[in-house]
Order: sequence, then structure tokens, then C-alpha cells
Amino acid sequence: MKLAVWTYEGPPHVGAMRVATAMKGLHFVLHAPQGDTYADLLFTMIERRNHRPPVSYTTFQARDLGSDTAVLFRDAAQAAYDRFQPQALMVGASCTAELIQDDPGGLAEALGLPVPVIPLELPSYQRKENFGADETLLQIVRALARPMARTAHVSCNLVGPTALGFRHRDDITEVTALLEEMGIAVNVVAPYDATPADIARFGAAHFNVLMYPETGESACRWLERNLDQPYTKTVPIGVGATRDFVDEVAQLAGVAPRLDTSRLRLPWYSASVDSTYLTGKRVFVFGDGTHVAAAARIARDEMGFQVVGLGCYNREMARPIRALARDFGVDPLITDDYLEVEARIADLAPEMILGTQMERHIGKRLGIPCAVISAPVHVQDFPARYSPQMGIEGANVIFDTWVHPLVMGLEEHLLHMFREDPEFNDDAGPSHHAHGARPPEAAAQANGSANVIWMDEAERELRKVPFFVRGKARRNTEAFAAERGQAEISVETLYEAKAHYAR
Amino acid sequence: MTIQPKSLSSCAQAPVLKERGQHEVFCGLTAIIWLHRKMPDSFFLVIGSRTCAHLLQSAAGVMIFAEPRFGTAILEETDLAGMADAQQEIDREVERLLSRRTDIRRLFLVGSCPSEVIKLDLSKAAERLNAIHAPQTQVFNFSGSGIETTFTQGEDACLSTLADGLPQDNAHQLIIAGALPDVVQDQMLDLLSAIGLSDVKLLPQRTAQDNIGIGPNTHVTFVQPFLGDTHDTVLRRGAKPIYAPFPFGELGTTAWLKAVAGRFGIDPAVVDRVTEAPRARARKAVAAMREDLAGKRVFLMPDSQLEIPLARFLSRECGAELIEVGTPFLHRSLTEPDLSEIAPGPVIAEGQDVEKQLDRVRAARPDLTVCGLGLANPLEAEGLATKWAIELVFSPIHFYEQAGDLAGLFARPLRRRALLKVAAE
Ligand code: SF4
Repeated sequence: MKLAVWTYEGPPHVGAMRVATAMKGLHFVLHAPQGDTYADLLFTMIERRNHRPPVSYTTFQARDLGSDTAVLFRDAAQAAYDRFQPQALMVGASCTAELIQDDPGGLAEALGLPVPVIPLELPSYQRKENFGADETLLQIVRALARPMARTAHVSCNLVGPTALGFRHRDDITEVTALLEEMGIAVNVVAPYDATPADIARFGAAHFNVLMYPETGESACRWLERNLDQPYTKTVPIGVGATRDFVDEVAQLAGVAPRLDTSRLRLPWYSASVDSTYLTGKRVFVFGDGTHVAAAARIARDEMGFQVVGLGCYNREMARPIRALARDFGVDPLITDDYLEVEARIADLAPEMILGTQMERHIGKRLGIPCAVISAPVHVQDFPARYSPQMGIEGANVIFDTWVHPLVMGLEEHLLHMFREDPEFNDDAGPSHHAHGARPPEAAAQANGSANVIWMDEAERELRKVPFFVRGKARRNTEAFAAERGQAEISVETLYEAKAHYAR
Repeated sequence: MTIQPKSLSSCAQAPVLKERGQHEVFCGLTAIIWLHRKMPDSFFLVIGSRTCAHLLQSAAGVMIFAEPRFGTAILEETDLAGMADAQQEIDREVERLLSRRTDIRRLFLVGSCPSEVIKLDLSKAAERLNAIHAPQTQVFNFSGSGIETTFTQGEDACLSTLADGLPQDNAHQLIIAGALPDVVQDQMLDLLSAIGLSDVKLLPQRTAQDNIGIGPNTHVTFVQPFLGDTHDTVLRRGAKPIYAPFPFGELGTTAWLKAVAGRFGIDPAVVDRVTEAPRARARKAVAAMREDLAGKRVFLMPDSQLEIPLARFLSRECGAELIEVGTPFLHRSLTEPDLSEIAPGPVIAEGQDVEKQLDRVRAARPDLTVCGLGLANPLEAEGLATKWAIELVFSPIHFYEQAGDLAGLFARPLRRRALLKVAAE
């Protein structure tokens, strides 16, 4: 038993629903109690889908347990087929149904439906949402994809985008355009908007583009082994990664690498003098493994930040993230316990967090700005405007998104110059935000290095330091004092520490 | 004189369409979202699965606090193997929790589908933990599972447990059962005190210190229609229930107050006198919304069990026409007073077969469909205006001062449709 308060991932059947809901012409019969229907609202409310997920729940009750829940399942599966006439039917069990062991796969098979029936094994007490999505796509591909003649013209499939994914909708558009520029056609995108008939055409592509390893890797591996389709290993998020991706694709497709950078603005925006203030910003990166790896590279190589910590919540990515952390010279944090993440952030007192909606809340509490880079998603992560993460436009979007929570460069100067001006004063926060974040100082305080005492005058001096660097100043000064065995901090100590840490 | 057959006078005598099929409702765990805020010294520990934790998080939406006063002890593979282990694990998790959160005075162990299917006995666990932690922390247990409870029934199960644990008390007194937002609760207490009832007890108690008892001289009235089990429990404890329409809108609130006044020998004229001003305000506020709602055809899907009293309010006070009033359960004693105020006509449905019900919605093409979050956007996309029902559970809607807001919750989707000049595809 493990106490959980907020979780990064739902149960595996929610992952299966993300695949089913992304697709068309497929129906999923889930053996589950009525309360599990809450999952529908993730799609209809958070993602604003205008259709119910194609999922029928058996909604068995306590009184059914004694009699026959298997009959209930069989009837629900037959009724779902009759009503929705899908090209393929998927069946599975949620956590509760897993315990009653009715064998949905066997029951559905016995109905003798005229369409493929795809049974799912979703171990609810061991695995989570990403596994569920990855496993579901694998089973669909296994059941439906067959070897066939390749398209005459070079083509590929896009693998991994699901419903409720972080910017998946727009990434598809961006990556499709990237490939088109190189003269490569997209054969099938899956599961997003694919029908079972489309999955059956998978084999016509020359190779696969694995967009999201979290949800598509198992399918890509199977396709490589069974349909002889190689797949891409680079995820094109960020300028460097996009260039690498183009090279990798060019090799797989046997075409010349081509990337139209006329719309690319990140490198110049990052080089322009206003961005000087971004130099060495201490950032903490957390999310799913794929987005964390991409964000860490962008943070260091394209924004000039200093990555002070990183980690991921999906254990499946623990190995590459550990390797990445070694490369960055930081301690990896592999956990799905948000309290641990919060403790690590409080401890590191970064100037910015690149994280998920969970870290956004942690940041709010600690007064640290946060930009969202990864699922789990929130209604805000489905903006009306086009805002991909991948490719050229993705890089531009990322620049804007990451800079937005920070105080703008010029404004930072003004804050120094007009410290007492009410409009620029410390409590105002970044002026382009309606509600300023709480000063990071509070975070450092909450974290409490209480054994050094700030003398009144030093405390007053500290208050003159602009709020967005005050937390760091406090922390550095305290560390400086502690190292020297000083119990009290004077104005002198403050400035000595400043000189000591000057970069 | 011809005597009208009784069956035609109101919906109280109407036949009920009972359905059994796919339900599209939350489970009782959802009630924790509002209960934990009503009882600031409590903690709700769900013994469940990752699904239960995910449901709580999704239902709580954006309200993310540092450490909320609820959590899920997620059962793992090892717990499913042996029962003795699971009980020990609960002890360990509770020990850890209580040592970290010393402000917890009431701990609720909440059962889920998985804990019930593996027959994990939480009453045994509560008893054992009580022996260790009471009186510092009282430990209770109730079921919020989806195989036993539907949405608001979670509150019912919780309150029923609390009522069951109340000490015997023979004093002549009034208990009001049902959680309400603080602002509404204060208004209610003011109204009751204005008619001469100032020593009123509340269930759930705000804190463990609010000691209340129950006995044969206790009168219990309800402010929420979904408290069927609680009703049965207080009856068993010898208390006397007061039945009345629920206090929604001007008419509902007045009828409710008069029923309570009547039980305590207070003249209805007193109620009329002290409520004159708020009644006028409620009437005026509802009148402003009535323009949008009068004659509109409304379909209520089963969700919170608030459907019957709300249907009464919509038809009697807002002039709406009811097509179907669905409810997950029909607790006759509690809802009869509202049902008998609804004119015959609408289908009264209990239970659900969501696909068939949606077929009826599509056939009827109502002006407004009251439904759960999973259905709202899909119906809007089919061109049907909706009001998502969960907002009715989370918003202050009871008593006079909220009558206009309540009508507004139904009117707003209609107004919004009228305002938008670009069609959604
Ligand atoms: S329906 Fe059962 S398993 Fe699902 S969230 Fe509710 S209690 Fe948990």
C-alpha cells in the first residue's frame, strides 16, 4: 500500500482510452464499475472533445458480483457492437474487474462478432497510464497490421500521438510539414484519427517516425521486427533535435536532408541582447522522460540556462534519464511522488521550473515561475491557437512559453533602477502577469536554514534585492555564512557572499 | 362533482421508469471533494486503486493544495495476495499519516470497489485504530465505492456513519442533516433563529468538538435529498424526521421552513412575517431569469439525486416544462413532498441506461439538458444546450438568497447560445 495524493499518471485503462478515443471506427468495452466513467470527462472537458469517448462501461454493481458479471460483460459487448458497428472491438478490464477475473477477451471472442476483437491485458496494480497506451497501440498494430507492398513514393507512419496528449494535435501538423519538405509522404498517423482500416495499411510505409516513445515505442519495435520498418530515435523538439531528426530521416528515407529555417526565430531571439538576462538562469526540469530530455537540451544549448536538476515520473524512462543526468552533472530524480519533487525543488531553489501542471502548482506555492513542458495535461494545455512543441514552429513556441513566466530583460533593469517605484516594486511581480507570484524568498524561508540569524539591517538590505533573485541571495548568503561558521548575518556578510558567488 | 383519479394530480403517483444499463455517473468517492472542506479537522483516506486516486484528482479539478485532507492508499500487487497484510498496511499508513498530520481529529477510512471486492474489512480496521487513537483522533469508516454508491451517496454514507456513532441524548432538539457551503449554512441558521430556533445542531459536525447526540426527542430535517441511508439511520436511532420540499427557491424554502416551524409549534404566520423581505428578493431575482426559462423544455439526466427538487423548482418557480426527470435513486419519503408539487407529464426515471436515455434526449430535442460532465460537450456539439450537473452540487444554491443564482445556472447556457453569432462546427 502506498499513500498517494496527486498522481502524474492514471491507471493503465485510461491509457487504453487515450488510444481508443484518438481513433475512429474502433470501440472499447471496459469491464468497470460506474464510477470509472469519470474518465470520459478528461476527454470531453479537458481536451474539449465534441464526442463521447468510444467506450462502453459494464458498470457492474455489488449485487451483480454474487450472480453473473460475465453475462453483464457479454451483453454489454454485444450491445456495443450492435449500436456502434465498429471496424474492430477492443475489450479490457479496469482495476476492479481485474480482481473478479471474468476474462473479457474470452467472452468477447465467444460472441463470434464479424470484426476483429482485440483483448487487452492491463495490469492495474503494477503499471500506469503510459504503459496502458503503449500496450494498447501495440495490441492494435499486432492484430491489424500485415506485411504489404511499400508505397512507390517514399512514405512513413507517424506513431504515438494520442488523445489527451501534450500538444499532439499540433505536433502532427508540424512534423507532417517537415517531412513533406523532404518529399516524404505520411502514410498513416496512429492512433490519432486513425481507423482500424488505416492501421491495416501500416505496412505500406517505408519507415516509422516514433513521435512519443511513451506511447508508441512498443508498436514501433514490433513493426521493426515483423514488418521490417526501421523507426526514428530522435524526437524533434528544439532546434538541435529538429536538425538531428532531419538528418536521421534523410538517412532512413535515402533522401537529402532539407530544413527550411526561414521561420525559425529561437536562435536569434536567444542571441539578441535582451536575452542576456537569461544567462545561467537556474532551471529544474521534470516531466515525462521524452519531454524532459528535449527540454534539458534546449535549456542548456539553446537558451543558455543552467540545468540544476532533472527527473521524470515514468519509470520506463529511468535509464535514459539517469544517463542524461550524468551528462548534465546533476542528480536524477525518478519518482511519481509529487511531495518528493516538491522537496527537491525547495531544496534546489531554482529560478525557474520546466515541468508539468503539478510543478506549476508547486511553483505557485514556492513562488518560482514555471513553464509547462509535459503531460499530465490541463485544460490550458489545449490552446485554441496553433502551438506545437516539435519542429521549427515548436522551437519558436517554446522560446515564447519559457520566457513568458520570467521577468523580461528590460524590466529586470528597471526593477534595479526604480526599486522604490510603486509600479516596479517587489510585490508587483512580472508586470505582464495579472497576479504576481509569491517571492521565491518565501520558498527558501519555508525550506528554513534557521540556524543563522539575519541582523535587522542585513534583513532590510536583503529586501532591497529584487524579488526574483532574493531567494537565491538569501540562500547563498546563508550557505556562505554557514561555511564560515558565522551565526549572524550582517550587511557585510551579505556583500561578501555576493562577491563570492558573483558569476 | 367528479373526483379526479389520484394518479393524475401529481408526479407522486406517476409510474416510474426503472432502467438498468450503463450508468454514466461518478462513484461516492467524489463526495470527499466537498466533505473534506466542510470538516476542516478531518482526513479522508481512501483504500483503493490508482483509479480512485485519479478520480479524486480529476473531480477536484484545479483545486490543488499543498497537502489536501484526502489521499488514497493505493493497493498494490502484494496487498492483493494476503488479507492479514492489508490490515497491517493500513495500520502503518495511518500511523505514518497521523504522526505527520497532528491536526487530524477525525479520520475516515473510505472503502472503494477494489477494497470491497477483496473483502477488506474497514470497520474492523476502524475499530482497531479507534482503540489506539481515540479520543485524540476518532476513526470512522464508510463506503464510497462505485459498486455500492453513486456520486452524492458518498455524503450519505459518511453522514449515516456519523449519525450511527452519535451518543444517546434525550433532549428536545433539531438536527439538520446535509453539508452546505458556509455562506448558505449561516443564512439558514439566521432564518431559523428568526423564527425562534436558535439551538440547532448540524450533521456533519464542523469539528469533532461539536458534540451532538441523538434520541427519541430529536427531530431531524434534511437539506439534501440524497440522504436516504442517513434518514434510515436516524429513524433507527429513534429520531423523528421532518419531511418537506427541499429549500430551493422561494416556495421550496418557505415550505421547508414552515415544516420545521410546524414541528416546533411555531405559527406559520411567524414564518411569513420574518421571511417577507427575503421572499420578495428571491421572487424578484427568479423573475429576472424566468424570461429565459419559462416554457423551455428541460430534460434532467440522473446524476446527483438533486433532480427531483430541482425539477420542482424549474417547473413551479421558473415556468419550465419538464420532459424527463431522471434520478439514480428515488427515495420516496424524502422526495415525495417535491414530487407531489410537480404536475403530471414528465417521465420520472430511476436508474439509467445511458445509450437509451440519450436516444430519448435526441428524439425530444430539449431546450436544456441537465447532465454530467462526460455528456455535456458531446450534446452541445449535437446542437443541444446543456447545464452540467456537478456545478449544482458545488455551488451555493439553497435558500432564498441563492434562488436567483440557481435559476441563473439554468438560464445562462440559454442566454449564451442566444448571444453567440458564430456557429460552432
Ligand atoms: S468506481 Fe470504484 S474503482 Fe472506480 S474510482 Fe470509484 S471506488 Fe475507485
